Amino acid sequence: MVNSGAPRRTERRPGEIAAVPVRHAGRWVAAGIVLVLAAMLVHSLVTNAGYHWATIKAYLFAPEILHGVVITLELTGAAMAIGIAGGIVLAIMRLSANPIVAGASWLYVYLFRGTPVLVQLFLWYNLAYLYGHLGIGVPFGPHASASTNSLISALTAGILGLGLNEAAYMAEIVRAGIISVDAGQSEAAASLGMRRLQIMFKIVLPQAMRVIVPPTGNETISMLKTSSLVSTVAVYDLFGESQLLAARTYLPIPLFLMASIWYLAMTTVLTIGQYYVERYYARGAARALPLTPFQRLRVTLPIWRLRPAGPVTE
Amino acid sequence: MVRAEGVHKRYGVLEVLRGIDLTVARGEVACIIGPSGSGKSTLLRCINHLEKINAGRILVDGVLVGYEERAGRLHELHEREVARRRAEIGMVFQHFNLFPHLSVLENVASGPAIVKRTPRATAERAARALLERVGLADKADAYPRQLSGGQQQRVAIARALAMEPKLMLFDEPTSALDPELVGEVLAVMRSLAEEGMTMVVVTHEIGFAREVGDQLVFMDGGVIVESGPPRAVIATPKERRTRDFLEAVL
Ligand SMILES: Nc1ncnc2c1ncn2[C@@H]1O[C@H](COP(=O)(O)OP(=O)(O)OP(=O)(O)O)[C@@H](O)[C@H]1O
Ligand SMILES: [Mg+2]
Repeated sequence: MVNSGAPRRTERRPGEIAAVPVRHAGRWVAAGIVLVLAAMLVHSLVTNAGYHWATIKAYLFAPEILHGVVITLELTGAAMAIGIAGGIVLAIMRLSANPIVAGASWLYVYLFRGTPVLVQLFLWYNLAYLYGHLGIGVPFGPHASASTNSLISALTAGILGLGLNEAAYMAEIVRAGIISVDAGQSEAAASLGMRRLQIMFKIVLPQAMRVIVPPTGNETISMLKTSSLVSTVAVYDLFGESQLLAARTYLPIPLFLMASIWYLAMTTVLTIGQYYVERYYARGAARALPLTPFQRLRVTLPIWRLRPAGPVTE
Repeated sequence: MVRAEGVHKRYGVLEVLRGIDLTVARGEVACIIGPSGSGKSTLLRCINHLEKINAGRILVDGVLVGYEERAGRLHELHEREVARRRAEIGMVFQHFNLFPHLSVLENVASGPAIVKRTPRATAERAARALLERVGLADKADAYPRQLSGGQQQRVAIARALAMEPKLMLFDEPTSALDPELVGEVLAVMRSLAEEGMTMVVVTHEIGFAREVGDQLVFMDGGVIVESGPPRAVIATPKERRTRDFLEAVL
């Protein structure tokens, strides 16, 4: 199909059906309404001075905003790293034969999933009231400690709060992935002499990734936006910085629109990234990998097709 | 090579193996036949300790796979030691159980690379030689799902052989295959037997059992009903149940 050139398209093979398609009056009405509404929106975007497009443009790349973007990315990255690592550990614990280990994992998920992340952020931020000093050591033995406020900055509290909360959700996602892998895989690996953790990390988890990656992408995109909650514990992320500027300039609408543009841009990049990660873990799962959008473009666009390249298959 | 004495296995209240005694000498091929649910797979899985037995003992090459006997008492072995002993017993499954995320070459090399920590290059060189032997040298870079059932099962055999096992267990290796693919797998197994590998084969291929087997074991209801030289058992079964089963499958 792909290779059929333009002239061939109009050719009609003998016996091919050329029926008059059914008219869908309702579809035309619905499309008309949508178009009118869209036109009204565009009209208002252009004529309503309240949007302050010039302001949005002026602040889009302001140093404060760029700093906020970096903080948001750092928060999202660090919290997801903690969330994924913690989720894997919790999921493996949950599947353990030891009831205390499995129970501990269950309790963790129960507590962290059962309370609002905003409350957890405040708890981490105010940890110093509970434990003025944090330290490591053996009970009654040698001990090293430091003041909690010096160890847990606002940013650290934000990362911990978001990451530990995320681990609870990731635990369930990873567990779903692990139990989706056929038990015969573990048996085959065991019969080769692999040990439990080798089986988990070399055989089961890589296959579970196909089930784990899509919801994890979802979680990452969700985290990007949930991370704006840290502005309540004095971390100046993209939202926090926008809020400051809005208060200073008395122009909340354009500044929050600007923040939305940034969030959308970052979400777009993550969505594209997710597509390629999924593709990577799909190898071996299907008989042939589907083409990427770029490959499809190359196949479809006539400029490339003119070149006498090798046979194109779809 | 394998000695089972009074083996009992229960799942809950269901007694699946009810006193199995079996001896397979080094280099011998023992074929196990029997109706569905008679405990054939369970017996194989007990031999490499994928299942724990409830009574009796199973020795492979003179050692208990999952236990150690000290001062007259059995001690469960550490997971590490069980894995080490299990690595010397190859197993081939009815549904191949190849690792779908690894290429054919990586499947075969995975055992030595992960378990024995053989350097990747060495493991892959050995894997290529094994693929050659099962007639699949040209499929090294394919993924398992791109192969036919017969090809997948030959890769599975190569994967088990890569660990240089002293015993090979086969659990109905051809019963998930289309009839025209059965032959290529049996041919590989036959050549393995000719090279002197000790094998325990659960199979419905009576022809294979007769020509390649040194011992034919008929199981029913969790016990060994009859065993002996394949030709004799097939031609003149002593037990009624054996006769009925053979009549049904032949
Ligand atoms: N994990 C398990 N839990 C409970 N019962 C089991 C389990 N595995 C097997 N069984 C039961 O044990 C009996 C023997 O099973 P097994 O798989 O050994 O039979 P088989 O002889 O290999 O049969 P087939 O020819 O169908 O493969 C069956 O009744 C089965 O239902
Ligand atoms: Mg079976």
